[in-house]
Amino acid sequence: MELTKGLIAILLTAILTQNFVLSKFLGICPFLGVSKKLNTAVGMSAAVIFVMALATAATYPINTFLLEKNGLGYLQTIVFILVIAALVQLVEIILKKYIPALYSALGIYLPLITTNCAVLGVVILNVDNGYGFAQSMFNSVGAGLGFMLAMVMFAGVRERMESCDIPKFMRGLPITLVAASLVSVSFLGFTGIVEHIFG
Amino acid sequence: MTQILVPVVLVAAIGLIAGLGLAVASVVFAVPKDEKAEAVREVLPGANCGACGYSGCDGYAAALSKGETTECNRCTPGGNDVAKQVAAILGLEAGAVTPQVAAVMCCGNSSNVEEKLEYSGVRSCKIATQLFGGPKTCVHGCIGFGDCVRVCPYEAIFICDGVARINPDKCRACKMCINTCPRHLIDLFPLDTVKAAVLCVNHDKGAQTRKQCKAGCIGCMKCQKVCPVEAVKVENFCAKVDYDKCIGCGKCHEECPVGCIDLYEIKKHF
Repeated sequence: MELTKGLIAILLTAILTQNFVLSKFLGICPFLGVSKKLNTAVGMSAAVIFVMALATAATYPINTFLLEKNGLGYLQTIVFILVIAALVQLVEIILKKYIPALYSALGIYLPLITTNCAVLGVVILNVDNGYGFAQSMFNSVGAGLGFMLAMVMFAGVRERMESCDIPKFMRGLPITLVAASLVSVSFLGFTGIVEHIFG
Repeated sequence: MTQILVPVVLVAAIGLIAGLGLAVASVVFAVPKDEKAEAVREVLPGANCGACGYSGCDGYAAALSKGETTECNRCTPGGNDVAKQVAAILGLEAGAVTPQVAAVMCCGNSSNVEEKLEYSGVRSCKIATQLFGGPKTCVHGCIGFGDCVRVCPYEAIFICDGVARINPDKCRACKMCINTCPRHLIDLFPLDTVKAAVLCVNHDKGAQTRKQCKAGCIGCMKCQKVCPVEAVKVENFCAKVDYDKCIGCGKCHEECPVGCIDLYEIKKHF
């Protein structure tokens, strides 16, 4: 019971209070780049969730049984990048062969996130927080879901902005950044919520 | 020494394994590429306009190579050249592409239509049309904010005196503007022959139309009576030409009291 409670707390923390995009400012590039339309935002987020979970599942054993055992913790970054990039490529090839429908849905986003900072961030933060395997997986999936939440919310905001009469000097990136910061501020409202529920 | 050697060997080994794994996977899981589809795709213009009825150039190329369709002439933007090339790749009959151009069925320029409100919102036809039927007195005609201009992949459309006009030299009949215009004013024309065209879609009664636009069709039936081949029909107080029947004699054009029937010599609009 205690264990599940802890896992759910990790999941909710990753989604709401420690949202990767809006609190940790990781993965800003796809957040601004792919959030123009709702369906591309959802496609990208689905790919991110998938890759985050996969990357964690692959890097956890490598870190525990290979790096830390030999006292090579400092190799984390380079080894993780290597493993994640190779893994995503492999998954892309396999998807193309066996599940073409999923490939055409996620295909263009997969290479984009091979070395995305959010993906690398989540696996490194798992190690830094000293999470076990289950905790790491929950944290990754939560981070992915949080990414999706931020993307979907922001896509909605941007679709509304399409029909607004924005002053000329603010059009394009400036107003997008202002809107992103406002969405980020709105997430401050979740501060402390998880600690109070599970604390 | 081992302090340096172990990490170097480890990273190199991981890199090697990953590289070999990918190399093996790319051979084992290789997807046979459809060479025909790729060749066809190379020939198609790549505007992804959807005039062929498929999701885009990729979709059309895939359908052709799989034999779902044998019509090589569905790409109107590409015209006869593309149809011939596609047919050559697939070994099919080319079939002729009827050259078509799009035209805007409205002559509500500033001398015929007046502004009924001062519109200062977003300059988009789709949005403007929702506010009291648009800024002009005619609620059926061209608003002139250029939704079609923005969607045209060939930059063929421009706004002239408040009405969209289409450059027939640039137009590829891809139908993007037809699907965009919130008032459905754009229609396709056969390019090679002279046809009469009613440049109005106002279905209001004559007196009401008159208040909206000086050049609007009032449904007086004169064109219908004078037409020798019964190509012009007035329905719902607005004339419409059947382009298959029209011989381009120009009698309706001479008879029309408001001057909304034009002999469609496309160049005239410049």
